[in-house]
This record gives sequence, structure tokens and C-alpha cells, in this order.
Amino acid sequence: MDRKITNKKEEERKLFEELENSEYKYGFKTEIEMDIVGKGLNEDIVRLISKKKDEPDFLLEWRLRAFRHWQTMEMPEWPQLKINPIDFQEIIYYAAPKKKKSLKSLDEVDEEILDTFNRLGIPLDEQKKLSGVAVDAVFDSVSVATTFSDKLKDLGVIFCSFSEAVKNHPELIKKYLGSVVPYRDNFFATLNSAVFSDGTFCYIPKGITCPMDLSSYFRINTANIGQFERTLIIAEEGSSVNYLEGCTAPMRDENQLHAAVVELIALDDAKIKYSTVQNWYPGDKEGKGGIYNFVTKRGICKGDNSKISWTQVETGSAITWKYPSCILKGDNSVGEFYSVAVTNNYQQADTGTKMIHIGKNTKSTIISKGISGGHSNNSYRGLVRMTKSASNSRNFSQCDSLLLGNKCGAHTFPYLEVDKNNSSKVEHEATTSRIGENQLFYLQQRGLSMEDAVSMIVNGFCKEVLNELPMEFAVEAQKLLDISLEGSVG
Amino acid sequence: MLKIECLSVEIDNKEILKGINLEVNKGEIHAIMGPNGSGKSTLTQTIAGREEYKIRSGSILYKGMDLSKMAPEIRAREGIFAAFQYPIEIPGVNNTYFLRTALNAIRKHKGLEDVEAFDFLKLVKKEMKEIGMSEDMLRRSVNEGFSGGEKKRNEILQLSILQPDLAILDETDSGLDIDALKIVSEGVNRFHGPEKSIILITHYQRLLDYIKPDFVHVLSNGRIIKSGGSELALELEEKGYDWLNDLSEAEGECK
Repeated sequence: MDRKITNKKEEERKLFEELENSEYKYGFKTEIEMDIVGKGLNEDIVRLISKKKDEPDFLLEWRLRAFRHWQTMEMPEWPQLKINPIDFQEIIYYAAPKKKKSLKSLDEVDEEILDTFNRLGIPLDEQKKLSGVAVDAVFDSVSVATTFSDKLKDLGVIFCSFSEAVKNHPELIKKYLGSVVPYRDNFFATLNSAVFSDGTFCYIPKGITCPMDLSSYFRINTANIGQFERTLIIAEEGSSVNYLEGCTAPMRDENQLHAAVVELIALDDAKIKYSTVQNWYPGDKEGKGGIYNFVTKRGICKGDNSKISWTQVETGSAITWKYPSCILKGDNSVGEFYSVAVTNNYQQADTGTKMIHIGKNTKSTIISKGISGGHSNNSYRGLVRMTKSASNSRNFSQCDSLLLGNKCGAHTFPYLEVDKNNSSKVEHEATTSRIGENQLFYLQQRGLSMEDAVSMIVNGFCKEVLNELPMEFAVEAQKLLDISLEGSVG
Repeated sequence: MLKIECLSVEIDNKEILKGINLEVNKGEIHAIMGPNGSGKSTLTQTIAGREEYKIRSGSILYKGMDLSKMAPEIRAREGIFAAFQYPIEIPGVNNTYFLRTALNAIRKHKGLEDVEAFDFLKLVKKEMKEIGMSEDMLRRSVNEGFSGGEKKRNEILQLSILQPDLAILDETDSGLDIDALKIVSEGVNRFHGPEKSIILITHYQRLLDYIKPDFVHVLSNGRIIKSGGSELALELEEKGYDWLNDLSEAEGECK
């Protein structure tokens, strides 16, 4: 017991040390020969992407339907977000490292790419790869490497790039693609459906507990590129999986668009735990540059007694717009959403969740912690819907905001919809507080610097959420919190 | 160790301390007594470096350094410790982690290595036992949900772990029953030594039954109106503060 505490403390100590020289550490660019499709968006581009991937007709048709529908849509507006107009014709929709030949093993991945991921702390080569975590590495538009695929295959677990899944398991793609987030869902999801270039696919067969964590690491490198990837995770009856997601991008003055779609399907008694540490380039101190992170994430608890749990730590991006959601269709199914969203300087975040209760005795929990510093704006937006059929269902929501200065904003927008349902219960608690002068002084009087005091208080504030993350991720997340909050007080 | 000269302090443009003189040498225990609103807590906060308390005139020298030029955390690392009357709760921050971070910040300032996690835990457990704190306080958040007495004990735990050179105990006795008062006092006495100075700020004499001061000062309306030995405390207990009101002793008036 003590030893365990000791190890954890040790890591926490190291973490504090690393703080001293912190800034956005992942802002470097990789020089590598790329296959880039010219800027702009039209039907030909959609066809070209599909052709480059050698896709079956059904998928091309699906893309085209999405594209045609997208052309009839308008970009939505949000009262709490200021978004500079996006010129969709100025975006590159496909950029992939030029391949020397078709890759058979990781040894054949370009040095530059291996090096890039090494610098990001994600070693891909056989000797050094992370133990206990399988990684799918996505570089701009394509997946460049997937580790442990073969080992997982022995158990029947499919873990591969989306493109490979289209080739090798078209029946699964056909069955599940767009089944949770239809191509008409919303402006950015529809755009993604038309032009998505790759992503990650996971399939956990019946009764299997995935023996290692699965993860994707997304890297944007090329200037002016938009990254559009899809993640599809299917957990068959009685299976369970932990999935982790991380992301970074170079520092550039222009805004770049990342519009992903994630779909999760949990069948009877299946469990999916999905954790994200989002660290896209947030822009500089004056708010110049940074990623627009407009992501649609949704899971369906399709089967009885299934469970989907979202945990997210959002520290990056100029603008974050995402609402990882759960459709609780199966009886007794459980949805969870744990979120820490940090905004500093001129960052904006509008994030939250939707819990749609359909099955009987369904339960959902929402814990959201928003932290704002500088001139930033941080909103929680969450919907809880109890449909008529969802008898005896429960929701508990807790949304806490912490302000680190007096130029930032925190907003909470809870939406409750209860349809003729008397047996269900919805609870909502919300607090907003300013970081306490008394707390800061108390810690300083014990020898902690102002920055360390802020970091300690913020980490304490987020504890409930950070506890939901796997260990390595929690340490990473704590580091990110500290970096993101540099100079946020005062 | 500490030399306060003609110290005048204001908060929100209101003068609270109106010319204080106080000298505390190595190894001495000074008790500062006085009625409510006399400025006792202001003195603690000023020495600890709370920003809102502005020094209007006068000076505080600590180990020959001008305190007004030092940030609160530097004062702490140089060995000033203030046990507060109302210790602050910090939700979600593990008590042990907090204490260890503080200790390491102080050690780093002194050019020492971080304390070994194992040694630290051993030390903390030993001290907790002495103060009668249950070990589950190690795992709890700093002061969160602690009773008044538990908070005070936690302050004494910090005192014994951080080993400052000058400890200011602000109404540490308030809200403690006799048993707790004894235990806390024993903790303070264990801490005290020829190199360690203590300022006890208290309203009541009863604390001084357990911690024997070398000097007693009476603070009233922002001034020290009487100083003496430990017998002065007994006199105060007997007669109250009123008989002193006529005195405006203040040796060495400040302008």
C-alpha cells in the first residue's frame, strides 16, 4: 500500500519538476515528403479520397450522399463562441506521407515519422513501444502505424486503421458506420462523412476483455490541412475495452480545422471506457492560430446492462466544440461523462454531453469541471433527456467552474427534457467559484510558489475526473493542466 | 531573529497596528495577548506576508533581512511559519502530498535534496501518533471536513514536519478542549529549542499553563501597552484587560 502511494508521489514530484520549463512542447514540424491533394472541396475531391483508399462502392456512395447533404447545410452559430469564418475551399483535405512501398511491418515506417512520434512520447518501433498499450498513429490524413495488431488478432480483437478495416472487414463497416452518428447529423459530422481520410477501428468479440488498452494518437503536421478522421469501436456481448486518445499539432499562425467523428457501440453487458487527453495547439498568447476542434462523439448502449464511460481532459485547441454523448437504449445501461476543460489566454471551449435515456432503469452521471484563466471563455452545455420508456431512470449532473482571474468567463447551460415520465429522477448541481485568495496564501505560507499553489488547487478541483483516467494518462493530464495554466492568475 | 520597529499597518486604508516594537531572540517564547480587535491577527498576517496588509511605516527585520521585500513563500522557506486561527480547506488535495511538496520546497531553497518518500512517510506517521491524529488524515484532503480540533492538530503536524525557525501560533488554543489543548501544547514544546523561537498569540491565559513564555506583551488598540514576564499573564487572568486601558506605556513612542 505504502509503496504504491510512494510510487505515485514520486511521479507527481517529477511532474512538478518538469513544470519549470513548460510551454507548448509539441509545436515542432516534421519535414517529410508528402502526397498532398490541392486545396478545395468538391465532388471530385470526395471521389479522389475514396479512390486513393481503394474503397468499395457503398462507401463512395455514402460519402457522396453526405457531401450533397452538406452542401445544403449552413455552419451553425453558438452564442458563446466567436469563430472566424472558415473558408472550406482553402483547406487541404488529404495529405499523406509518400510511401516507398506498401508497409508490411513497422520497421518500414519512415524514420522521420518514427522520430516524430518518438518526440511526442509515443515510440512505435518494436523494441521501445509502450508496453500494455496498443497504438494506432495517425499522421495528417492517414494511419501510419498500428502496434500489437497481430497479438490482439489471436484473441479475435480487431485493432487497425479505418482504411484497413474497410478493406478487410467491409461487412462490419457497412453495418455500423453512421449507425450512431448518421451522416446528416450536424454540419461538421456531415463534412467528416464526406471527406474522412482514416482513423481507428476496434472490434472486441463476444466475451473478451481486451488485454491491453487501445489508443489512437492524432498528429496534424501539414499546414492548411484539415484533419478528418473517424473512430469506430464495437464491443460485442459481454466484452470490455479501454480506449485512449491523444492529439497534438505544430504551432502555426493560421487556424486549422479538426473535425472528427467517433462512434461507440456497446452490446449486451459490454463496457467501453473512452479517455481523451486533448492537447491540440491552442494558439499563442494573443489568440493567434490554434486548432478548431469540432468533434462529434457519441456512443450507444445498445444492449441491456451495457456501459459507456467518457472521460476527457481538454486543454488544447483555440476552440473546442464537442459533446461526447450516450444513448442509453438497453435496459439497465449506464452512461458516464467526466470532463475537465481548461481554457487560458483567448481559448474558447463549449463542451458537455448528452444523455438520452430510452431503456428502463438507465443511469447516467455527469461530472464537469471547467477552469478558465486569461481572457478565455468556458461553457458547459449538457442535455439530459428522459423519454417516456425510460422508467425508473436516474441522472446526476454536477458542473463546477473555477475562475482564475477576472477577465475570463464560465457559463453553464443545462437542458433537461423529461417526457411524461414520473418514475425517473434528474439531479443537477452547479457551482462557480473564483480561486480562493485564502487558499493561495495558505499554500504560499507553507513555501509553495504561486504557480505551484495554483496548480495544486486546480488539480484538487479536478480530482474526481482525473481519478477516472488510467494512471499514465492522469500524470500526462496533470502536466498539461499545469502548462495550460501558466500565467493564468493575476 | 525578529525585530519589529515602529510598525504601522493598514488594511483598506484603516490603520490597525499603530507603532509596534517587538524583538524576539533565538530560543525565546513570546506571548502576545489582548482583547478582540486589538490587532493580534493583523500582526500574524503581516509577518506572514499577506498582501492586503500594507505596511505604512516602520520595519520588520527577520534574520537581518527586510521582510517587506520578501514574497510570502520566500519568508516560509526562510523559516517563518504561521499556524492560522482558521486553517484553510483545500478540496481534492491530499494532505500528505501537500505537506511533502511544502517540505521539499523549503528543502530546495536550502539547497537540500528532496526527502525520500519512505523516510517522509515514516516521519509523518510518527509525528501524527504524537499529536493523536489518525492515519486516515494522510489520505484526506487538506483540512477538508476536519473538525476545529483536527485542523489545529494538522497545523501542529505541519509545524513539526516543516521545522521552521520562527513559529507564530495564532489563537491555536481556541476551540480546543482541555485534552486537545494539552496534546497541541506538547507538540509545540517538542518543537521548541534553543534555535527555535515562538510567538504565541492568544486571548486566554490557559494556553500559558502548558507553554511557558519568556515574555508576555499586551496588545491593545494597535499598540503594545505592557510587557512583562510570564507572571503578567496571570495578572491579566485575574484582573482582565480593563485595568490596562489607562496605561499608555509604549516605551519608545513611535511617530
